[in-house]
Amino acid sequence: MQLPTYPLPDARGRYGVFGGRYVPETLIPALDTLRDAYAEAKTDPAFLSSFETLLREYVGRPSRLYLAENLTRHAGGARIYLKREDMNHTGAHKINNCLGQALLAVRMGKKRVVAETGAGQHGVATATAAALLGLECVVYMGREDIRRQALNVFRMKLLGAEVREVTSGTATLKDATNEAIRDWVTNVRGTFYILGSVVGPHPYPAMVRDFQSVIGEETKWQLQAAEGRAVPDAIIACVGGGSNAIGIFAPFAYLPEHQRPQLIGTEAAGQGVDTGFHAASVAGGKVGVLHGSMMYLLHDDEGQIQAAHSISAGLDYPGIGPEHCYYSDHNVARYVPVTDAQALSALQLLARTEGIIAALETAHAIHQAVITARELGEGKVIVVNLSGRGDKDVAEVMRLLGPGLTGPGLTGSELGDQA
Amino acid sequence: MTSTLNNDVADTARRLAERPERIWAAFEHAASEGRAAFIPFMTAGYPTPERFPAVALQLLEHADLLEVGLPYSDPLGDGPTIQRASEEAIEHGTSTRATLQAVKALRARTDKPIVVMTYINPVYATGPKEFMRLCVDAGVDGLILPDLPPDEDLGIRFLAAEAGLALTFLIAPTSTPERVRVVTSACTGFVYAVSVTGVTGARDGGALSEVPALIALARAHTDLPVAVGFGVKDAATARIVAVDAGADGVVVGSAFINALKAGDDLGALAAKIVSGCRK
Ligand SMILES: Cc1ncc(COP(=O)(O)O)c(C=O)c1O
Repeated sequence: MQLPTYPLPDARGRYGVFGGRYVPETLIPALDTLRDAYAEAKTDPAFLSSFETLLREYVGRPSRLYLAENLTRHAGGARIYLKREDMNHTGAHKINNCLGQALLAVRMGKKRVVAETGAGQHGVATATAAALLGLECVVYMGREDIRRQALNVFRMKLLGAEVREVTSGTATLKDATNEAIRDWVTNVRGTFYILGSVVGPHPYPAMVRDFQSVIGEETKWQLQAAEGRAVPDAIIACVGGGSNAIGIFAPFAYLPEHQRPQLIGTEAAGQGVDTGFHAASVAGGKVGVLHGSMMYLLHDDEGQIQAAHSISAGLDYPGIGPEHCYYSDHNVARYVPVTDAQALSALQLLARTEGIIAALETAHAIHQAVITARELGEGKVIVVNLSGRGDKDVAEVMRLLGPGLTGPGLTGSELGDQA
Repeated sequence: MTSTLNNDVADTARRLAERPERIWAAFEHAASEGRAAFIPFMTAGYPTPERFPAVALQLLEHADLLEVGLPYSDPLGDGPTIQRASEEAIEHGTSTRATLQAVKALRARTDKPIVVMTYINPVYATGPKEFMRLCVDAGVDGLILPDLPPDEDLGIRFLAAEAGLALTFLIAPTSTPERVRVVTSACTGFVYAVSVTGVTGARDGGALSEVPALIALARAHTDLPVAVGFGVKDAATARIVAVDAGADGVVVGSAFINALKAGDDLGALAAKIVSGCRK
């Protein structure tokens, strides 16, 4: 296997104006070392072969590209394929990246890894990789997310990781990331920070993208086999920080414009982009710096970061990866808002039509898939990145819908509760 | 046209000469008294916007320079003490303009240099040029931006030079000689040496063992004064940094916030730390 090479970022870790390395000086030598170690690993056959073996034998790759006939019929338009990252070991795309970074940690002689987590999927995947490779593991998680994702918290503990509760700020993913970075600043000499999305200082957005690109690369040959064409008409993925989306976008994003599929990222619109309770960084944010990178960001006129809101903990993040910002500015991809209520109905729709319970994050993409399938019409082909399974969300969904599915769904007060 | 340009250049040059001079004079004055300069830090608007001016004036009585924190919601380089103080200050409505107005009020009462510490996002959000203008108008002498490595944004350095604001960048125990060269050559007021690998906050003196080597490395690359911060909390830790390691300045922040919370006398703590700075 090879890891892909893309034209971005530039040597300074920039995607146009986005990206960069806005971090305390303490971390700059560590980022330099990481950049060099990753560049070496990327061309080392031994490293690539370990990564490939783990993806195949441990994760269970390739993940299936499944034609969702019932959902296609329901939508009444383009054929909808689902890229089944939910079938990966640990239930989401996150494991692809975690294994890549954990292998790199071992290669660099680090004994301890730290990670941030929102939905807990990245935390579980990091704890899993750490258990497998014999690394000490600490996961930072916001108090609010610990409540929403209790099952994943316990999973991490079973896997031998220590979960540290974060109560500062909004007590969600943003603050867990702050705390993980502070831990790294403090323990930088012996610790590897396994970042879970295409955010953070260079080289993280590029490295995470490369490890996740296996999703899009597989899609090409799988679609070739199924449809006789490697490139679909549209690709849809949900966007928190943007790792599952970049994993399926990037292998297509640098094609010449006339060959490029529509790339559509769904941002969490929460209660609506104009309500103030959302996590739609492109639709509702403006350029700023968070977690070491320049990006579209939810922040006020003073530059204070605003609380994001989403029904899904994994999208509850006020920023979006720098490469997505570049795609958005250059019309390579577009980013559309999908509300909590739309995601919740899409989750039920997929469950009833296909027998697949998707993660709440993923449900945002499913909602858009139906819309885009209708827009494109019959004869066209759409691929949706089914980034994760919904097991972790079942309790929260039951709380919202009621055990007999007779509950009020998303009423104003339920939403107020979470906000 | 040409004469306006000349006036601009002359004006800039005058301000460039004047501003860092106040910072340098403060270090020289302390050195002439056989001390490291004492640089207390306080978050603007803390403990409340009403009480902040009195707190700052009390610190200024003992200070050679004052460092004022412009509170930010996500201070990556700060430990829990300054995080909480920043959160509270923001809750109390301490905006960029409120911070700089408070500095302006202090400026009317002191000739000592005042540097503002904040993160890059509030600077970008206000617009770097406007931010610098507000700083100059408030009588600020310099800026410390802990999440802006000097090679990340040359524009900020240009604008600061043009505005006549000194820029202090940070070096850390993890800094390679090459990084120390890059960082110190970008500093225009003084160099800030971070004493530990970590975030701000009071620690045991044992954590300061890497300071002498770091100061020596800095001195090999710059003639600017080198101040040490993070983890200095009392006379004993000040002595380790100022006397044992030979720093030109000692920055103390979290300890004063903790003292405020405990209801302790800030003046007494400041006086003790100044005694620890005596070489
Ligand atoms: C299933 C799933 N999808 C998507 C996301 C969002 O992350 P990203 O945008 O990096 O793919 C998460 C994050 O936890 C997730 O668990």
